[in-house]
Amino acid sequence: MKHLSVDVVVVGGGHAGVEAAHAAARMGVSVALVTLERSGIGVMSCNPAIGGLGKGHLVREIDALDGVMGRAADRAGIQFRLLNRRKGPAVQGPRAQADRGLYKAAILSEVESCPNLEIIAGEVVDLLVEDATVLGVRLSDGREVHAGKTILTTGTFLRGVLHIGDRTIQGGRMGNRASVRLAERMDSFGLPMGRLKTGTPPRLDGRTIDWSILETQPGDDDPVLFSFLSDGPTARQVACGITHTNRTTHDIIRNNLHRSAMYGGHIDGVGPRYCPSIEDKVVRFADKASHQIFLEPEGVEDDTVYPNGISTSLPEDIQSDYVRSIAGLEEAVILQPGYAVEYDYVDPRSLTPSLEVRSVPGLLLAGQINGTTGYEEAAAQGLVAGLNAAMAVQGREPCLFSRADSYVGVMIDDLVSRGVSEPYRMFTSRAEFRLSLRADNADQRLTPLGLQLGCVGDRRKDRFLDKSTRLEHARKVVTAEQFTPKQVNEAGIAVNQDGQRRTGMDLLAFPDVSFADLEALIPEVGEVDLEMRRQLSRDATYAHYIERQKRDMEQLKRDEEHVIPDDFAFHAVEGLSNELKEKLAKSSPANLAQAARIEGMTPSALALLLTHLRKPRRVRSA
Amino acid sequence: MAAILRELGTLSELRGAEAGEFTLRALQNGKLDLSQVEGLADLIDAETDEQRRQAFRVFSGELSERADAWRVQLIRAVALVEASLDFADEEVPEDVGPEVSGILARVRGEISEVAEGVGIAERVRDGFVVAIVGAPNVGKSTLLNALAGRDAAITSERAGTTRDVIEVRMDLAGLPVTLLDTAGLRETEDEIERMGVDLAVRRARSADMRVFLGDVGSGVSVELRPGDIRVRPKADLLDDVSGAVSGKTGEGVGALVDRIGAELSSRLTRSGVATRARHKSALDRAAGSLRAAEKSVEDGEVGYDLAAEHLRDSLRALEILLGRMDVEAVLGEIFSSFCIGK
Repeated sequence: MKHLSVDVVVVGGGHAGVEAAHAAARMGVSVALVTLERSGIGVMSCNPAIGGLGKGHLVREIDALDGVMGRAADRAGIQFRLLNRRKGPAVQGPRAQADRGLYKAAILSEVESCPNLEIIAGEVVDLLVEDATVLGVRLSDGREVHAGKTILTTGTFLRGVLHIGDRTIQGGRMGNRASVRLAERMDSFGLPMGRLKTGTPPRLDGRTIDWSILETQPGDDDPVLFSFLSDGPTARQVACGITHTNRTTHDIIRNNLHRSAMYGGHIDGVGPRYCPSIEDKVVRFADKASHQIFLEPEGVEDDTVYPNGISTSLPEDIQSDYVRSIAGLEEAVILQPGYAVEYDYVDPRSLTPSLEVRSVPGLLLAGQINGTTGYEEAAAQGLVAGLNAAMAVQGREPCLFSRADSYVGVMIDDLVSRGVSEPYRMFTSRAEFRLSLRADNADQRLTPLGLQLGCVGDRRKDRFLDKSTRLEHARKVVTAEQFTPKQVNEAGIAVNQDGQRRTGMDLLAFPDVSFADLEALIPEVGEVDLEMRRQLSRDATYAHYIERQKRDMEQLKRDEEHVIPDDFAFHAVEGLSNELKEKLAKSSPANLAQAARIEGMTPSALALLLTHLRKPRRVRSA
Repeated sequence: MAAILRELGTLSELRGAEAGEFTLRALQNGKLDLSQVEGLADLIDAETDEQRRQAFRVFSGELSERADAWRVQLIRAVALVEASLDFADEEVPEDVGPEVSGILARVRGEISEVAEGVGIAERVRDGFVVAIVGAPNVGKSTLLNALAGRDAAITSERAGTTRDVIEVRMDLAGLPVTLLDTAGLRETEDEIERMGVDLAVRRARSADMRVFLGDVGSGVSVELRPGDIRVRPKADLLDDVSGAVSGKTGEGVGALVDRIGAELSSRLTRSGVATRARHKSALDRAAGSLRAAEKSVEDGEVGYDLAAEHLRDSLRALEILLGRMDVEAVLGEIFSSFCIGK
């Protein structure tokens, strides 16, 4: 029996697994990616789209660190839209419909061409454990893969159950088996677990949809891509269709609620509030006469259509009935029924900010197993786990992301300090420094870190350095000189005669001043290219606010520097309520900033904690 | 009692509670919030009935209740704005602007009103200052002594006896009042007396209320402002004593006390539930941020990201009065209000 020894072994070839394996390999350590079958690498198991609000930010950040998701999505993108285009740049998020086949192919080619990365097709049935430390994995054929760090990215495999009406099937995804033995091994660690659910809609045969009567939604005229390395779409671009449910649809659903897995009492897991099933929508928003459905093509050469908005766990015959009550879908044929999937997740508060299980050294978890939902959330965790596994093997300090520098930091911190009560999805409103953490400046925020860590390749390095040089030069052009209100007015830009001297950058902060307006004042701006103009205009829009946020960011970073030791005895802090002591002990915050975000935490309790962190525990006088 | 306490003190598991320890625990355990603790402190320190009533309003959580109500409305406003940002692709109400603007204007108005009441409330807590002003030798010090019921100030027949400002703190019609006796206002060559006059003018101007004894001489003037009282001096020397007062005989002193009390009490109706400068600065910050948010909302969708930023700042200001808010509260409001999700 041939055994293998690597630095890092990654179990699972989904979005988290691919990003984890690729990131670790980029760091220069040897990596094995174990997946059930090669063809499962990079599968999009839910809707055929990448990005969106908050999610698009995550993809940009993954890309800034030279991860694969952005590049693959650009190659597979068949409809690109920048969401919130008419709103402020901080809340704009790139999104694309992706051709499933092209996406999978792009991911597989990234993985196959990556040095230091070996793909192993096989089923992991157990972990190699010695002295409560994980040392690798055992495959079903008896092979062992020994590794310094093991990353589990197994999605919904933990006691995954599929529900179609009252029919239940064991398994994490349609057509895949659930790994029972591995689940039992996970049980033996005694980690806190919870149960979640998520749903999918029935997949339709596009050839049976009457597109002629439906409204369509085309992509943007000037597509905004994900990767800082991409120049434009390569796949053929298509439009999505839009239709709506109606009263008849709702009646059919309402009359059959008792046959829905969710409403028939077959499912205990908590579903996401932002991704309700059509049953949920009809029950909770009974006064709405209609709900929107996006008909998303799964690919250019693929006739499958994903009707976004009607996920369900009703029986197949009812699914067919309600689908056919919808305009344009009267003759629609269901290729695969919708289903709900229920699964266990590990309470992410049992993880360190590196995503390593606190009580099980050597084992890292990333993706849906940590209670998140979404490809982008999974991939971003994979990146964090992969980087940190590699750094640990290299004997380096962990790479920790902060809420003040990235959405990745926001998510990791939310997960490990607050845990989840529903599948966790990224929103821009989760980022308190949203105005600074923009999709457009992800490279400026994170690529320098990537260069320092060593996970960024030459091509990106060259591009980034070139852009940085141009940006610095352009910034100098617009900040070098200050102008009096008189000068500014003479140049044709109306400002108050307030005696305030302003730079070009200050003037760009006015909503009605554009780069072109500056030319009369600063002739050199004529040489500044369009990309830099856009970037600086966006920076100028928020300059005033970002300055204000800086103080809060510094405060946060100071709090983050108050590290709470792993063995800190919260129960010994006099004056804390028992409830808080329990919560603190349970979530074991890594620092004061995390402690501050624990629900029910009060400023006085924090002050108390800080006092105890600063000095050895006071001895109580008699 | 003392014996019992001594006996209990010998048990190793027991010790006496330190001053304020129970209150501190109540605060730490979230049973009282900071403003309630302040109200409790004021209640313990209260000297007059009105102070007690006001402190009780704060302690019983009236301020917290108001702030909580604002918070609920502002979370609704943030949720509307955030929903239109984070769920641009979904069926959130097309234009959330009008509802958000309505909430902002309403809450800002209420917050400003309460913030304005802080000045009055501070007076109830710290006392009103009432200055007795007038020309030299009209009997200001004699009146002060009569009001105070003791010889607080030296009196003589000589004009310009009082050089410094004499302060007497007293309970007047149930209100805490600090009475000021000041130097008689006149032009003078005497350097020390002139310093006394300058001081008198300054203190009289900054007082909450002025009681004028007779006409004020021209030249050095302290204006008569709305709410001030003017009485004729030396009633003991007059035939017609209407509107006159005499510290010497007590003539008209009772009526003067009633007039001062009535005027100060009438100001109390504007007194609010917020009582401290700390409250006022938090309320002012909240109101300022709300104004900025209103402007951003007026700019339309393009200003929503900034509106959200200002709204968060106003919520943080309210947190200073209350506990913490967090994004989950906002998301909770979004998901319970809108049918979101595809």
